[in-house]
This record gives sequence, C-alpha cells and structure tokens, in this order.
Amino acid sequence: MGSSSSSMDHIPNAEELMQETGFSAAHLLRLYERFEFLDKDQTGELRPEDFGAIGGLALNPIGDRIISAFFSPGQETVDFPSFVRVLAHFRPNGTNRTRNGTQQEPVNSRTRKLKFAFQLYDQDRDGKISRAELLQVLRAMLGIQVTEEQLQSIAERAIQEADLDRDDAISFDEFKKVQQVSPHPQTPTKETPLHPTEGGR
Amino acid sequence: QFNRSNATPWICAAPLAGGVSAAAVRQSQNRTRMGLNTGHGSSIKEVPIVTFKWHHVETPYLIALWILVAGLAKMVIEANHHVTNVIPESALLICFGFILGGMVWGADKVQTFTLTPTVFFFYLLPQIILDAGYFMPNKLFFGNMGAILIYAIIGTCWNAASLGLSLWGCHKGGAMGDLDIGLLQYLLFGSLMAAVDPVAVIAVFEQVHVNEVLFILVFGESLLNDGVTVVLFNVFDAFVSLGGSQIDAVEIIKGIISFFVVAFGGSLLGFVFGLLVSLLTRCTKNIQIIEPGFIFVLGYLAYLTAEMLSLSAILSIVFCGVCCQKYINANMDEKSVSTVRYTMKVLANGSETMIFVFLGISAIDKTIWVWNTGFILLTLLFIMVYRFIGVFFLTWILNRYRLVPIGFIDQVIMSYGGLRGAVAYGLAVMLDENKIKEKNLMISTTLIVVYFTVIFQGITMKPLVTWLKVKRAAVTELTLIEKVQNKVFDHVLVAIEDISGQIGHNYMRDKWNYFEEKWMSWALMKPSVRKSRDHVFSVFHQLNLKDAMSYVAEGERRGSLEFIRNESAFIDFKKKFGDEFSEAMPDIMANMSDDHGAASDRRRDPVPSVSLEMHEQTMKGMRETEDINTHHLLQQHLYKGRKQHRHRYSRSHFDVNKDENEVQEIFQRTMRSRLESFKSAKMGVAPPKTISKYSKKDQQQKMPNGKSLDRSKSYYSGDEDFEFSEGDSASGYDASGSTFPMRVTYRAGAGIENPAFMPDMDPMTPIQIPPWLMEAELDSGMVAPSQRAQVRLPWTPSNLRRLAPFRASAQSNDSFMLADAPATQQRDDEELPPPPSPPPPPSNRDGGYM
Repeated sequence: MGSSSSSMDHIPNAEELMQETGFSAAHLLRLYERFEFLDKDQTGELRPEDFGAIGGLALNPIGDRIISAFFSPGQETVDFPSFVRVLAHFRPNGTNRTRNGTQQEPVNSRTRKLKFAFQLYDQDRDGKISRAELLQVLRAMLGIQVTEEQLQSIAERAIQEADLDRDDAISFDEFKKVQQVSPHPQTPTKETPLHPTEGGR
Repeated sequence: QFNRSNATPWICAAPLAGGVSAAAVRQSQNRTRMGLNTGHGSSIKEVPIVTFKWHHVETPYLIALWILVAGLAKMVIEANHHVTNVIPESALLICFGFILGGMVWGADKVQTFTLTPTVFFFYLLPQIILDAGYFMPNKLFFGNMGAILIYAIIGTCWNAASLGLSLWGCHKGGAMGDLDIGLLQYLLFGSLMAAVDPVAVIAVFEQVHVNEVLFILVFGESLLNDGVTVVLFNVFDAFVSLGGSQIDAVEIIKGIISFFVVAFGGSLLGFVFGLLVSLLTRCTKNIQIIEPGFIFVLGYLAYLTAEMLSLSAILSIVFCGVCCQKYINANMDEKSVSTVRYTMKVLANGSETMIFVFLGISAIDKTIWVWNTGFILLTLLFIMVYRFIGVFFLTWILNRYRLVPIGFIDQVIMSYGGLRGAVAYGLAVMLDENKIKEKNLMISTTLIVVYFTVIFQGITMKPLVTWLKVKRAAVTELTLIEKVQNKVFDHVLVAIEDISGQIGHNYMRDKWNYFEEKWMSWALMKPSVRKSRDHVFSVFHQLNLKDAMSYVAEGERRGSLEFIRNESAFIDFKKKFGDEFSEAMPDIMANMSDDHGAASDRRRDPVPSVSLEMHEQTMKGMRETEDINTHHLLQQHLYKGRKQHRHRYSRSHFDVNKDENEVQEIFQRTMRSRLESFKSAKMGVAPPKTISKYSKKDQQQKMPNGKSLDRSKSYYSGDEDFEFSEGDSASGYDASGSTFPMRVTYRAGAGIENPAFMPDMDPMTPIQIPPWLMEAELDSGMVAPSQRAQVRLPWTPSNLRRLAPFRASAQSNDSFMLADAPATQQRDDEELPPPPSPPPPPSNRDGGYM
C-alpha cells in the first residue's frame, strides 16, 4: 500500500505515539502512508473534505458524524497524531494487556470505544443523548420508507428502554449498561479493523 | 468439470449411497408384486366379501408403522423430563431401538429392519440438513466461516489420517491380533470415522444451551465436513480398489482436485438451487396453498442433483437452505412461512427420531457383530485423543488470528462434542465386502463408537458443561436501542476501515450487503416486501408484537371472567380471539427466542424438545433477515387482535359514564383512537380514485399534521378517514364510508391522531388506570377480578403506548395491506357487533354507512 519512501523518520513523535496508542511501528507507518495519501494538498493536516473524498464514506449513512468525530470541537483540521489517536480507539483490546497493562485506561478500552460511539450521537456534547439526537441518527440510518411517526415512536421506545433515571435522555452510563446487559452479538468475529493480521488483505 | 471428475473412475465409483439399496425394502417390494399377482391373476370361484391382503400393503404399511412407533417412542421418552434432563433424547431413542430390535430379533430370529444407507441418505438425512440450512443463523455462520472451514477441512483430514495411521501402527505392533486390514483400508476406515455427525451434534447440543459461537463452530463443522468426508471416503475407497501399487502422485493430486470440485461444486449447486427457490416464490402468489412444497421439493432436488453429479449432497442442501431463507421468508405468505417452518421441523425431528431408533435396532443383529477388543478400544481411544489434539492445535492457530479467541473451556467442549453418528454408520455399511474383508468389524466398531459418543458423551455433556461453567447462550432481551447501536457500530467500523484504508472483514461484509441489497434482493424479492424491510424497524415490530401478545393474553385472562356474564361477547371472543391467538402463538414461538412473559406459560414444555428452539436461541440477535416474517406476522395478528380490543373497549365504554369520569374517557378515547387509527390507515389504502375525491381535505390535513410531501397517496387517505371520523356526519361519506365500516365515531374532538403526541398523556397520573380497572370501579361485581388484574398487570400506558405505531406499520407496507384489505374488511362486516352493543354516538355511526 503506497510508496515505501516514507519511513519512521518522517513521522513526528513516532515513539510517543506508539506508546500512547499502542500501535506497532508497522501500523503507524501504514497509517502514516494512508494519512499522506488522504492529504491531497500535502499540508500535513486533513480537512473534512479530505475525508469526504473517500468513496466508501459517502455511502455511509453516518459518515459525516464519523468524520466529525476526528475533529475536536472548533477545529477545522486534524493532524497526524490526532488522526492516529482517534483510530487507536479501534484497536482490538486484549492485545495490549501485556504491553501497557499498568496504564489506567488505554485508549482502546471498552469504555473508550463506547464513549466514541456515544459521542457520535451526542452532537451537542452535553453528556446525554436526547431524543432529538437519537432521532437524527435514526433518520440517517433508516430508509426513507420509514415515516416520521415511526421514527418518533422508535426513538421514543429506544429511549424508554435505556433510560433508567427517567430524564428522557440517555446518559453515558445508561448507554454503557445497554451494551453490558447483552453482549454484542457480533464480537466473536473479527470486527475491529485494525487487527494486525487483517492489514495485509 | 463434473464430467471430468465423473470420468475418473474412483470418484464416480458410487454416489454416496446410490449403489447400495435396501435389501429389506426390495424384498418386500417383490413380495408386494407377488401379492398383487395372486390377488388379480388367480382365478376365483366366488366373489370375496373380505380379503386379507397383507402383502398388498406391506411396504407402505410397515413404513407408516415404523414412523408411528418412532413417534410414540419419542412421546414416551419426552413424557418424563426428569429423565431427559439427565439422558439426552438421542441416547434414549437408541436404547429404545435396542429393545425394539430385541423384540424383532426374538420374533424373526433375524434382523429384518436395519438402517440401510439408501434409506438413511435418501429419505432420512436430507430433511434434517435442509432444516439446518434453512434455520442457519447466517451472520454467525459466515462470521465464523473461517474457523468452521479450518475445523471442517483440516480437522477432518487430521482425524482421518491420524486414526488410520495409528490403527495401522498398532496393528503392525500386534495390538489387535490377526486382522486382514491394510494401510489403505485403515485410512478408509479412518475417513468414514472422521466426520463429526450433524444429526448427533444437533441432538445433543440442542439440550445444552452452550453459547452460540461454540455451537456454530461444532455444528458448522459437522455440516461442512461432509464435503471432506465424501471425498476422503471415495478416494480411499478407490485406492483400496486400485491397490497400493497403482497409486501415484497423479492419483493423489486428482484426489485433492476432486475435493475442491466436490465441495465447491456442491455448495455452488446448492446456491443455484437456493436462488431458484427464491425466484420461484416470487411468482407463487396465486398458488399459495402449495408454495411451501416448492421449498422441500427443490431442496430435495438440490440434494439429489448433487448426489447424481457425485458432489457433496449435504453441502448442496445446506447452502440451498442458507441462500433461500431470507428471500422465501420475505416472498411467501406469512402462513406459508409458518408452514415451511413447521413442516421443516416435523420432518427433521421425525427423521432424527427414526435415525436414532434404527441405529439402536441395527445393533441387534448377530451377523454383524465381530468383536476385536484391541481394534474397538483403540479406535475409541484414538478418536477421542486425536479429536482433542486436532481441536486444540487448530484453535491455537486460529486464536492468533481471531479477535475474540476461543477459550480453553470452549475448546474442551468442542473436542468433546465431536460426536459420530449415523453418517459414519451409513458409510460403514456401504463398504464393499469383497474389497474389505473385515467389513463387519468396521461396522461393529462404528456402531460402538456411535453409541459411545451419542450415549456416553451425550449424557456427560451436560454435567461437563455445567461443571466447566461453559458460557451458555445468553437469553437476553433484544432491545431496540441495542439494535440501533449495533447498526451504528457496523457503520462506524466500516467507515474506519475506509478511513484507515484497510480492506477487512467489515469492508467485505459491507460490500456484500450492498451487493445483496442492490441486486439479489432486487432479483429475488417481491417489490412489495423489498420496500418494507428495515432491520431496526423490524425489531421495533418484534417488540411491539410481544407487547401486544402479552396484552392480549392478559385481556384473555381478565376477559374470561367477564364472559360468564356476557354470553354474546363470550362467543365473539372465543371465535375471534381464540383463533387468532392459537394461530399467532406458534409463530411467536418460532420468532421470538427470548422468553416472553405472558406467552411462556402456554408453553408447557420446559425443555426444548425440538431443535427449533436451539436454533432460534442461537439465532437471536442476528436474525435480521428473518425478521420480515415477524413483520408480516405483526401486520396480520395485531390487526385482528386490535379488533378484539376495540370490541372490548366499545363495550366497556358502555359502562363508563363519561360525564362523571372525563379523565377515564380521555384515556379510553386515546386508546381507541390509536387502535382505530391503525384500522383506518389500513382501510385508507383505498383505490386512488377514492382519494382524489377528497383532495381538498388532503390539503388541509397535510399541513397540521406536518406530513412531508413524499408520503404516498394512500397515506393521506388514511388521515382523511380520521378527519371524517372526527366529527363530520354523513356528508361526504358515500365513498369511503361504504368501503369501511364506520366505527371510528367515538372520537369527537379528539384532534388529529398523531402518535407523537401520545406520550403527553402519560404524565397525567389519573390516566394511568387501565381501562379494565375503570370498568371495575363502576361495576362492583367486577371488583375481585380487577384487583387481581391490578396486582398482576405490568401495564402502564407507557406499555400501551407501544401499540400506537401499529398504524404506522400499516403504512409502510401498504401494498401488503392492500392485498389483504378486501378480505379483512369483509370479515369486519361480518364480525361487526350487532348495532345495539356499541352505542355511543349512534347518529354518526348510522350516518356513516347506513
């Protein structure tokens, strides 16, 4: 993938990043190549448009949200370290137990992963998924044949299910509970993309 | 490709079972023919009044009798759950077979009835495998496909080779005395013993609810290793015929090629047949009564065709079931789907029972028993040991690549679950006595192994699972929010793969889904059902359905007391409700794997006796494709159930004095309006010309309701009906009034129905009194039951509120409803209670359609 011209030397703070994110050097290198590839105008930073250029993302119903998750509030661009930090959420957990088991909260922990997903809903970052926010996500994800009323009632019911403190919104704790009660049925398979063995495919 | 493989002598040697035929059956067929001859050919002296023609009916009679006996055996065994909790049913059936066999042996002094390969492979096995394919949890299956294939291919080869070589080694070492078995014959024996048997695995694992990944690994392996078994068996069979000297590298390479041809050819054939079935069910609208038959016939044809081409028949029928399940469930009428599901289960369960009984009977036959302690015990030992070694080694490799590694305990269970069964026995019986001198020893050993694995390992499986604390299948409620989140996760992972530029598992799946959605669904699904599929939405439906079910069940419980007082209602209730409920129940059972409160008490069977439940359990959470079925189900049954509600409400309204208790009235009206709105939406699917008459009203409606313009026409017409019902009297009712019975009258001033507003009712505490409680307050005679109801009922309006979107559901599927509408409507008219019973504003009602 990409040219072999770039090496570890080109990556700023490579060591720190590896420490922080738990990526191996090979991963980091590959991600850097990818970053450079996405960075069409060679500014060293990615803009939302750069992400938008990825073909598959345009077909993704919540692609915009995912893109915006890469940008911290108020910022227009994302540099390589931040890019890697976001991606580090998706490293499979379990592989780094030995490496940084002492660390309190690795970036790819279950909680952090859920937090990432939570923030996809929580656009106003108030720590709660309101009904309106859930509705937006639902609207994006359900086809047009589902009517507004149906969306309303689905959102209504979904909130009811998760809402333990009856404040008509889902807090992060409630969000976490939902996922804990019933384990994700898909986890047995190789879900997470940045698994070492999958890179080459 | 196939031709070439057929041309090679050792592949086409014998399609799995074709060469051997059931001696007993043939014999009796001859006798049958003789019976016919004597019946008609001989000259008779007088007209017989009654003749006894046993030979005339012998064969079918015996078959039917055996089926009956096997069924009765199962019934007896299942009668006592204390026994089946300890000893699996399959083991008991085998033991029952022993007894039966003993009786037959005692009577005939020869074993007349044994499990012949023809009967087994052609008449008993296909339906079990088709059932397995049809109920396959696809996502789980394909998600773990890599692991399953590794176990099925490498694991089976390993089992075969290691067993054959070790036995040969022991033979050379002199462990089993003087036997006339060469290396190749040992390998042949190893290959027939290697395969884990799907029937035995289903039978044992369905009673131990291990976690779904573990189950799918064992089960998937047992299904897919058939391709390997067939090839290994045929190859070694041919090698044995050729003799050791003639085997060279070319032949071995041919063997390897034949594996790919047999396995992939079989799968591909099944796939093609699956597509064929799907396409066919697109066009069966007018012959719904026989459409379930197509599934079975084409499935069976897939099996036979593969057999004919000497491909893997099991793989073929598995993939046929796997491919078509989604499309046929969507295409066929809901009743047909239930029929298919049930017939599938009846056939599969019946065959399974027969197989185990006959496995038992086959043992009681002096002629086959040849005892060789060394051979038999070593076989047992090696099978166990090599299974463990194989599983642990392969898992060790797999775990390096798996995101969620397979745990140690799961590996133990996987190894221990390597049950051998009737497939091995069938293959052993097919061995050629001329080529293999010790055929009977092999058969006896196979039988011993089968009994050992099914009975001993079957019995010990459950304690082992408990003792090792194997993760069980989590019985969890499928919640909507969870579904939504899973969907979000899917999208996120795909997006991250896009961003990081990797092509991984998610990427492939996404691409496949896209392709499937765009092309396959387009080609294979009816346009009407294609529209209405949405996964999150279908869960929503499922949940609604569940609510409705318990709601109806509760109503029934309460209602039965009332009906003592009210005879006409009783009849009405019984007629409608009873039917609907019993009709709905099986579907729910099949569809909702989780334990549903009110419904579960109807299910007296605490231990799932059918593989159905096991599969359903496993499928939970990943049944996205099957949900369409529920979707339809919901439409139909809720609609009917709702009529019951309406009936009750209108009657209860009778009692309510609305001047005195306005709050209650509001609640009732809300409930009614929701229910009615559902009805109206359905009825509103009127021909466009009707709608056009009220286009003006449509315009008025649109804005206040905030409906966007892209809604379908029929949708407006639904709302339009509401408006009429709201207050207008006869005016303008000539058209739509005649198309549906005007029972919506009790909503004067209720405002435009909009589910979005419903929640607002909740905070008002007085409203939270369920209608029957209100009723009871007014009618002192009802106090006692209502108190009970109060205690028992989980109802709050927030529960009931979930019922509201039924209306919405009707809209999304209007074409489906459209087809259904005329018939239902007619029924409505018939079932309409006599005019005096729902009196409230009679003027409206009469004006409506008189």
